[in-house]
Amino acid sequence: MAKPGLDGHDRGARIIARAYRDAGFEVVYSGLHQTPEEIVQAAIQEDVDMVGLSSLAGAHMYLFPRVVELLKEKGADDIVVCGGGIFPEEDIPKLKKAGIKEIFTPGTPLKEVVGWVEEHVEPRQ
Amino acid sequence: MFKKGIMEKISADAKIWQRLYQESDAKNTERLERFSTVSDRPVKNLYTPLDIADLDYSRDIGFPNQYPFTRGVQPTMYRGRLWTMRMFAGLGTAKDTNKRFHLLVNEGQTGLSTAFDMPTLMGYDTDSPKARGECGRCGVAIDTLNDMEVLFEGLPIDKITTSMTINPPAPVLWAMYIAMAEKRGISRQMIGGTIQNDMLKEFIAQKTFMLPPKPSMRLITDTIEFGTNEVPRWNTISISGYHIREAGSTAVQELAFTLADGIAYVEAALERGLEIDSFAPRLSFFFNSHLDFFEEIAKFRAARRMWARIMKERFKAKDERSMWLRFHTQTAGCSLTAQQPYNNVVRTALEALAAVLGGTQSLHTNSLDEVLALPTEEAATIALRTQQIIAEESGAANTMDPLAGSYFVEHLTNELEEEAFAYIDKIDDMGGMVAAIERNYPQMEIADAAYKYQTQIDRLEKTVVGVNKYATEDEVPVDILHIDQELERQQIERANQVKERRNKREIAAALDRLGEAAQGHENLMPFIIDAVNASATEQEICDVFRDIFGTYRDPGVY
Amino acid sequence: MRSDTSQITEKVTSGDVRAAAKLIRDIDDKVPEAREYLKDLYPFTGRAYVIGITGSPGVGKSTLVDQMVAHLRGNGKTVGVLAVDPTSPFSGGAILGDRVRMQRHSMDEGVFIRSMATRGHFGGLTQSTRSAIDVLDAMGKDYILVETVGVGQDEIDIVQSAHTTIIVLVPGMGDDIQALKAGILEVGDIFVVNKADREQIENHRRFLQASPERTFTLQREKAKNDLIEMVKDRIINEILADIVNSGEFEEALASILEKRLDPYTACDTIISKRVKTGMSK
Repeated sequence: MAKPGLDGHDRGARIIARAYRDAGFEVVYSGLHQTPEEIVQAAIQEDVDMVGLSSLAGAHMYLFPRVVELLKEKGADDIVVCGGGIFPEEDIPKLKKAGIKEIFTPGTPLKEVVGWVEEHVEPRQ
Repeated sequence: MFKKGIMEKISADAKIWQRLYQESDAKNTERLERFSTVSDRPVKNLYTPLDIADLDYSRDIGFPNQYPFTRGVQPTMYRGRLWTMRMFAGLGTAKDTNKRFHLLVNEGQTGLSTAFDMPTLMGYDTDSPKARGECGRCGVAIDTLNDMEVLFEGLPIDKITTSMTINPPAPVLWAMYIAMAEKRGISRQMIGGTIQNDMLKEFIAQKTFMLPPKPSMRLITDTIEFGTNEVPRWNTISISGYHIREAGSTAVQELAFTLADGIAYVEAALERGLEIDSFAPRLSFFFNSHLDFFEEIAKFRAARRMWARIMKERFKAKDERSMWLRFHTQTAGCSLTAQQPYNNVVRTALEALAAVLGGTQSLHTNSLDEVLALPTEEAATIALRTQQIIAEESGAANTMDPLAGSYFVEHLTNELEEEAFAYIDKIDDMGGMVAAIERNYPQMEIADAAYKYQTQIDRLEKTVVGVNKYATEDEVPVDILHIDQELERQQIERANQVKERRNKREIAAALDRLGEAAQGHENLMPFIIDAVNASATEQEICDVFRDIFGTYRDPGVY
Repeated sequence: MRSDTSQITEKVTSGDVRAAAKLIRDIDDKVPEAREYLKDLYPFTGRAYVIGITGSPGVGKSTLVDQMVAHLRGNGKTVGVLAVDPTSPFSGGAILGDRVRMQRHSMDEGVFIRSMATRGHFGGLTQSTRSAIDVLDAMGKDYILVETVGVGQDEIDIVQSAHTTIIVLVPGMGDDIQALKAGILEVGDIFVVNKADREQIENHRRFLQASPERTFTLQREKAKNDLIEMVKDRIINEILADIVNSGEFEEALASILEKRLDPYTACDTIISKRVKTGMSK
């Protein structure tokens, strides 16, 4: 669960982290102000199945695709990337095209956010 | 407040009434399992004089402009002058925001309020690698004094006050404002406004960080001291609860943590050697106005009474103006929904009304599209009109503190005060707010409250219209504001042009002198103003601080 | 796709972060092949200096580890960090937030930070963690810092796997009482009293200097621990004493020290001779 860029709004990220924990997942919480490089480094060291990116300050169009790009560069593109937060409607298909598997917008129930992972992310064999 | 005999009769009658209620159908057909405020405070079916039996009108409620100021701080309140309609605005470049400022002033707003972009808020220039992708997206990009001049071009800053929502680099932006004004021939004794400049709540909630807590407190105290001596009409701090609430706290936590922060700032200033009555009148506050109508009104009243008591009894202030809690309010951003955005106009209106009935000095109303993007001109105008309609049509501003005496509201006011003081006592026991923050105490309280609220929504114990109830599949089209990618490149170019024209030696000297002073004990404001006048950029100045004091990083409390 | 065992060994010993990270994950998930890789890696272990850092939540372990890493890097040493956090007993999930406090090392190629959850094991140090230490060791890290939450008797497993154990305490938090009861003070090598600017430091100093026999009873906990230990003892002693006293054990030990045999294989051999798979009811 990562907060890329300078955005400090972490209420959502922390709630989602707790929700995942309460559903039995192990969540590595990155804290604020992560560069895409730092996020990718952590994802690889921790060998996570998925990276969740949270953005509420509008810089997602640069930051999110950059994370996907870096994961690819490091040979870790099997790691799924999802995003949550505030996005203008027309940015969502662009983000998906750039490799973000799913975008969660405000008002999405926790159950749905957690359930998506259970459905769409392959558990390790 | 009521005669003993009368109270006994009411008590007896109330018991009978409640018993009838329990036995009748009324109890069994209550529409909810549990009635509570948005902060999850339980609410009874009825409030009577019994609920305020211990209140003494003179001691606890009183009159406006008289201790303990429960009913308001100014003598005439809105009868004399309406609250300042101050719409928070900032987008793209200084030129774009200047345009928005002019629009809002033309539409009738009475004070300016500036929103900055993330790089500016964090003390970075647009060309910093950390700022990539963030220019102008959640506010205006300010790198140089030149940007500040463009931002306020054509605006009567000698007649109108300006608020700047800026925290770690607040001294720098304030220095730029002062320098800009003086270049226009407006002296620093003339300018009026506010800088938010409240780092404690950053560590707790908003999380725009730069320096660790102790050097942050030093800078803040420098600004308070400088303002007291040289910029008398300026509120050098806006002690904020808004962000604490947005991070998910309850109303009591918002109240308690804000006032506890205030206590910490007062103690720091006293330790500096300042006289309480010299700086306290310029301390200002900033609260959230959230969904629960009555809880919010009670919160504002409790805040005034609490601060008055704290200033008089704890800090022995003599000047009554030191005891005034003057505050700005913003309606709750976190209460707005992306679904069915037009509903947000209604939410904002109710929240604004609560703020007015709570006696706010200045008010910002959110636009309906703020869950989606920065507000469009149309949406911002509707938000402004909301205030104007409340002011001119609703009658809410006709008399002072109209809800005083309401059994419910007075009871709530008492309850909030009691519970908030309990929190403050606990924080005092920990050694004060700075110590409490180092232990992550307020952060954890807020995280727990936020999680609890979200689970209540998911379990349908709390309703969000249009989201978990009355939801529709239909998308409601709303025009939203777009920030051009190009802006970033243009802004960098503009900043580079300023940098080229500067005198390199002058800048280096100014920054050196600043660095030296920072390592000592002098007040840094004059040095910052010098650097700003030599065209140092925001980041160049902030980097001096970072080099000396270190950079604070999020401890990752969840 | 499973790589060849020797490929994995080559990658890990040459410091490949991704390969090492995946291996640690497989160990944690108890993937059967993982043991094979560990056997192959064993000869490359034994170089690193392992330091355990334990103490109650909130005493400042992560901050201390962060400083230690900075210091070691300043001396040109490479470092592996394992940050162990407790799994929620209710949900089986965990939030692993220790690496946040070591931010400044996140892009340093000489530092490998890995979080792990206890996954139901109360010892603070699971077999997975022990194996993860071996992986970091084989990677060539000069120092391995293992941070675990340790309060009671159960949480001091780290002592057996570390060259040096540091116990971090904070005055006035009340868990100093717990620590004493649990005998934690008997197993630490270095005691760090953090946040020593707090008022309660005097009381704390007295605690540490007091007789180690001072115990505080939390009756149910103590009774429970006692009973578990007793039962454990009986079961283990019937079998373990037998094994340890056998010539076979001595021979295996000698081979291990000479690196002719790895402990995983030795263990498999010993156990398979004595224990029928599947317990009868």
